[in-house]
Parts: sequence; C-alpha cells; structure tokens
Amino acid sequence: MVKVEERDKFNDHLLASGHTACPGCGQSLAARLVLRAAGRNVMVVNSTGCLEVFSSKYPESAWEVPWIHSLFENTSAVAAGIEAALKITGQLDRVRVIAQGGDGSTADIGLGAISGMLERGHDVLYICYDNEAYMNTGIQRSGSTPYYARTTTSPPGKVSRGNWRPKKDVPQIALAHGIPYVAVASVGYPMDLDRKVRKALSIRGPKYVQIHVPCPLGWGTAPERTIDFARLAVLTGLYPLYEVENGELRALKIPKKVPVEEYLKEQVRFRHLFGKEDRKKEIAEIQGIADQNIEKFGLIVK
Amino acid sequence: MVKGRMLQGARAMAEMCALCRPKVISAYPITPQTLIVEELSQIVADGDLEAEFINVEGEHSAASVVLGAAAVGVRVFTCSSSQGLLLMSEVIFNIAGMRLPVVMICVNRSVSAPLNIWNDQQDSIIMRDSGWIQLYAENNQETCDLLLQAHKIAEDHRVMLPAMVCCDGYVLPHAYEIVDLPSQAEVDAFLPSYDPIYKLDIDNPTTMGAFADPEKYMETRYMIQETMKKSLSVIEEVARDFGSSFGRSSYGLFEKYRVDDASTVVVALGSMAGTIKDVVDELRDQGEKVGILRLICYRPFPKEALYEALSAAENIVIMEKDISLGGSGAVATDMRAVFYGREACPRISGFILGLGGRDITVDDIKTTISKAQHQVADADFVGLKEDLELEGING
Ligand SMILES: Cc1ncc(C[n+]2csc(CCOP(=O)(O)OP(=O)(O)O)c2C)c(N)n1
Ligand SMILES: [Mg+2]
Repeated sequence: MVKVEERDKFNDHLLASGHTACPGCGQSLAARLVLRAAGRNVMVVNSTGCLEVFSSKYPESAWEVPWIHSLFENTSAVAAGIEAALKITGQLDRVRVIAQGGDGSTADIGLGAISGMLERGHDVLYICYDNEAYMNTGIQRSGSTPYYARTTTSPPGKVSRGNWRPKKDVPQIALAHGIPYVAVASVGYPMDLDRKVRKALSIRGPKYVQIHVPCPLGWGTAPERTIDFARLAVLTGLYPLYEVENGELRALKIPKKVPVEEYLKEQVRFRHLFGKEDRKKEIAEIQGIADQNIEKFGLIVK
Repeated sequence: MVKGRMLQGARAMAEMCALCRPKVISAYPITPQTLIVEELSQIVADGDLEAEFINVEGEHSAASVVLGAAAVGVRVFTCSSSQGLLLMSEVIFNIAGMRLPVVMICVNRSVSAPLNIWNDQQDSIIMRDSGWIQLYAENNQETCDLLLQAHKIAEDHRVMLPAMVCCDGYVLPHAYEIVDLPSQAEVDAFLPSYDPIYKLDIDNPTTMGAFADPEKYMETRYMIQETMKKSLSVIEEVARDFGSSFGRSSYGLFEKYRVDDASTVVVALGSMAGTIKDVVDELRDQGEKVGILRLICYRPFPKEALYEALSAAENIVIMEKDISLGGSGAVATDMRAVFYGREACPRISGFILGLGGRDITVDDIKTTISKAQHQVADADFVGLKEDLELEGING
C-alpha cells in the first residue's frame, strides 16, 4: 500500500486549477480525482491528447506530481521503462506509476504498447479517459466511439447514420491478458472512481481502469450537464461500471432501467437519430446493447 | 603479443555495453543486430550485469522504454537496424528533443523495399536530422571504444543529447576480430555514474515533455543546434581522455590517413575505409598523392575541422552507402556546403557504393578515384550490374 503521509491530506489539487480545459470537461475532473486518490507518490506518464495539451503548455504546468509526456502511442512503453528504472534503483516500494491517455491513444494507436506492458507484467496502472473520440484533434472517430455517434469522420449523411460500428471493448481486451485488476468507472460516480483507483494502486502488477468522461464540446452537451450525462450512460446500461479482481466480477447495480433515448436525445452527436423521421431501428439497436450489458453484468437486482 | 581476445563483434559490443553498466536495456531483434540483443540477454540472465532487460513488442516501444528509464535518471541502452530504427524514428526525435542522453548502437542495414538484410548506411543516415550525435566505427574495436565514449559524451552536462554508434551490419558484428576490452575498474574510472540534471522524482516533481507553442518551440531547436556545435569539442576531449586512459588512440571527429600532402582525398564512413586504405597504399606506391579521411563524427558535422583538414586538396571524393533519392548522397551534400563560398574550392565528387550489401571492390575504388580526378560526379552509382533493365522501368 502507498503510505499515507501528512501531506497526502492536501491532495485535492495535484492537478492544479488554471489549466486550459474547456468548461465542463469530464476528463480534467476525472484526472484530478485520480490524483487525489493516488496521492503524491506517483509518476504520471501522459499520452498526447486533450489532457496533455491543456495541462502542460510550457512554461506552465498544472501537475504537482512528476509528470512526463512523450508521444501519442507509446505511453505504456514509457511507463514500463520508468517502472523498470524504479525497480532496479529500489524505488518501486514507495513510488507508483500511472500511465494515462485518451480513448484514441488507448483503443487505437497505443493498443499494441498497452498489450505489451500488460503482458510483461509491469507494475503500472493504466488509465483510459474515455470521451469516445479524438477530441484534441477536433472530434474524429476512435475505436471507442459508440454506435451511430456523429464525429467529424463518422458524419451522418445521405448514406450514413454516423459511426458504423459499436464501441471497441478495451476492458475485456485488458482482461484477456490475465491481469489482476480491471475496472470501469465514471466521472459521474466519483466515490466509486476513487475507490477503484485506490484499489488498483494497492495491487502489484498491471492494472487497467477505464473512466467514462463526457466531453461537452465533442458530444454537443451543456457544460453544466457533464455529470448528468455521465450518470445517464450508467443508468441506461450503456456504460456498465464493473470491476474484475483476480477473475471475480462485481458490478455497480442500477435501480431501474432508463431507456437509452433519455441519454441520447439531448446530445448533438446523436441528434440525427431523432427529429422528423425518427431512426427507430438505430435506437432499438442501441437499446439492444444496453439490454445486453444489463443481462451480462447483472446490473439490475431482480 | 597482441592484447585482447578473439571475439565475435556482437559479443564484444555486448560485453562493452555491460561494462558501461546500463540499468535498463530494451531492444527488439532484427537482423543483423540480433546477436547483440541475444548476447546481452545472456549477460543479464547470468547475473553478470545488474540491469532490467525489457523484451518489448516492437522497436517503437524499445526506444520508448529507454526514454522512460532515462527520464528517471538511469543509464540506458538500446540497439537496432534498418526497419527497426525507422519504426523507432518518432521516438528517436522525441528523445533528442527531451535532451535524454540515451545511447544506442545502430547496426547499419539497408532499408526495404525490396527487403534486403545486408549492409549499407541508409538507416542511420535518415536519422541525421534528429538531434542525435552519430559516430561511425571502422571495426569492432572502434565500435566498442566509441560505445564507451558515447555514454560519456551524451551524459556530459555541456551536451545532454543522445548518441548513436553506427557499425556496418554483418561486416562487423558477425566478424571475429581481436578486441581489447578494458577492465571494469578502468571503465568505472573513465565513465562515472550518470548524474542527470533533470529527472522524475517524487520529492522534486518536474514536468517533462511539455507542449511548446510558436513562441517557445524554435528556441528548443536553436539550443540543440548550438549544443551540437559545442559538442564537437567535447567529442574531441573525450577521445583524448580515452587515449590517455587506455593507451589506444581514438581519433575524435575523423581519422586522417595519408591526407596531409594528398591532392586527392577520399572521404568515407565506417568499415569500407579499411579497403580504401589498402587502395591508398597501393596508389601511393605508384606515386599518386592520395589519402583518405575517415569521418567518424557525422553529427554534429565538423564543418570547420573538415575545412581545415581538406582545404589543401584538389579533389575530394566522397564514397558513401546511402542516397537521398532524387537528390545526392547525404555526406556529399554536407561536404559541398563546407566549401561553398570559401577560399579553398576543391573539386567535390559524390559516389554511391555498396547499397544493400553490394561488394565494394578494390577495382571499384580505383576507378572511382580516377574518375573523380577528371570530372565532377554527383550521386554516381558505382558497381552497377549490366542487366539493369526492369520490365517496364528503365534504370
Ligand atoms: C502518431 C500520431 N498520430 C496522430 C497524432 C495526432 N493526435 C494528437 S492527439 C490525437 C487524438 C487524441 O485522442 P484521444 O486519445 O481520444 O484523447 P482526447 O484528446 O480525446 O482526450 C491525435 C489524433 C499524433 N500526435 N501522433
Ligand atoms: Mg478521446
């Protein structure tokens, strides 16, 4: 366990304010919560992406902990190198390594390096901030973009209904590496998120935590409603919050099923599914995904 | 009696690497570098070197692993060739920009397509703009000597840039030669442990790899450019130190062989200099004033020192194993820039030889030299076969 020191009482702003994230940015809030849970005895490796750009413009930095950014796709390899250096110099008992990046860096370009890092068993916590598109470069589709969402590279058009594939299931890919801990969290459930990060950091070896983080700019949602949308994603069953510790699954239950329309209808990225001629078929397919999750993870107590 | 042991080049390089006590090593196999990785794995597996050897899933990650470890403030090592180095290239530039003194060996090999595993120097030449110091070795002894010096140069606080030691694939790592490796005590005395200026440290948090806008970026390039220029004297200083510590001379920026009174001087990098020296001796016996300047330090490019060394020559004949397709050989281009607009204006010719492992024969070298004495050549391919015409494409 990371030793709780006196100074850890003041860990609320290890990602300090004054950075340049958009209003309502789910990722900045989640990253702050992650560091609050992790404390000061961590080294953070960050992929290229919104979080990196809004927090580290030279000569300023919002990071109160040792922090390094190298490239878009090599974050887990850099973290592996840091871990190796800490190990050989006898520092690994007091320092934890966090590798973090967006869904694009995780599900797409960095997946090979993540797989290598997980498979080799490095003592690293990987965190994916899932805002469901390449936001930093202007809202392009990633492998983690949900079914039928509009992005600038999956636009709806005469022959398109938006993103043509369901979301890539990276937590299950991480699990397939046989690692001791995988969790899915949401910025809408900060206590659950806090617990999962602390839990992950208490376990030696590779860990994967994915956090759902609404992006007002990319999703076309009101900045003050970030937490609402994060919660609706969970309450509909579209973003099941669960953890698998040494093979044992535990999921956060939801009180009752909220129809997916409640989540979809106020987001500009899904607006093309509503309106004059409602896209009943597409919405039914999305509902199907939610229902499957509810079934698979036992989200509703029967 | 000759000092040293009969060793395969790769073994000698791996032993030298271990003598430098890197704490983290990461590499990915590729012919003809593989032997070095295997030897190093064994050295670590036998407990003869206390290091983390990280078997990664590809070269992009190998370079990234050593980047991360170097950021924690430990000495690191990697090595690659050809496609592997190209796959690393994004990280290669990143390492230099972050001023991390990573050291690597590039076992020089041609670049695909067509797939070809044999030697030329295209791979490392492509990296010339990256901000890495590049040193080219003639033989296995020199590869080992330069590897030791590379750590000292890179980690010097006046430098803090990565360094790449280049050796010709197959010709060197696969060859058995007598190599005199220093003792651990001698190496420790020459190469103190790495003392980083900046590092990741929980007691003193820093931000590394920050993002720089147009108001800041250009200065970072200027600073590397200025450091590169200043590192020329550090490279010479370390070579002198090496000479006095080990009683074996190291040439520093370049080696001059029968250059001083020569009217025609060949310029070349790496192992082909051996054959060229033989040709120089033969031509000297026939009364021709020929010499060779073997360039060791290609980046930083020692412009002034080269001007000094070559301004008395009438003909400069560059023989190189790389080509900027659609342009000229890289070394020839740089060499012309040294003399342009200056008082001395030797005739400068550029020749391309030995691509993809094509033999460089004594006859090739002789005809090249005599050609250059009569006309200026640019990117002139030497040793082409007659049956050149491809179906539909005329060579
Ligand atoms: C090799 C490489 N390709 C592309 C880019 C351009 N790029 C920078 S950030 C980014 C998208 C980031 O998306 P994500 O990882 O989801 O993070 P977000 O910005 O959404 O938080 C892209 C495509 C890059 N920096 N490097
Ligand atoms: Mg994203």
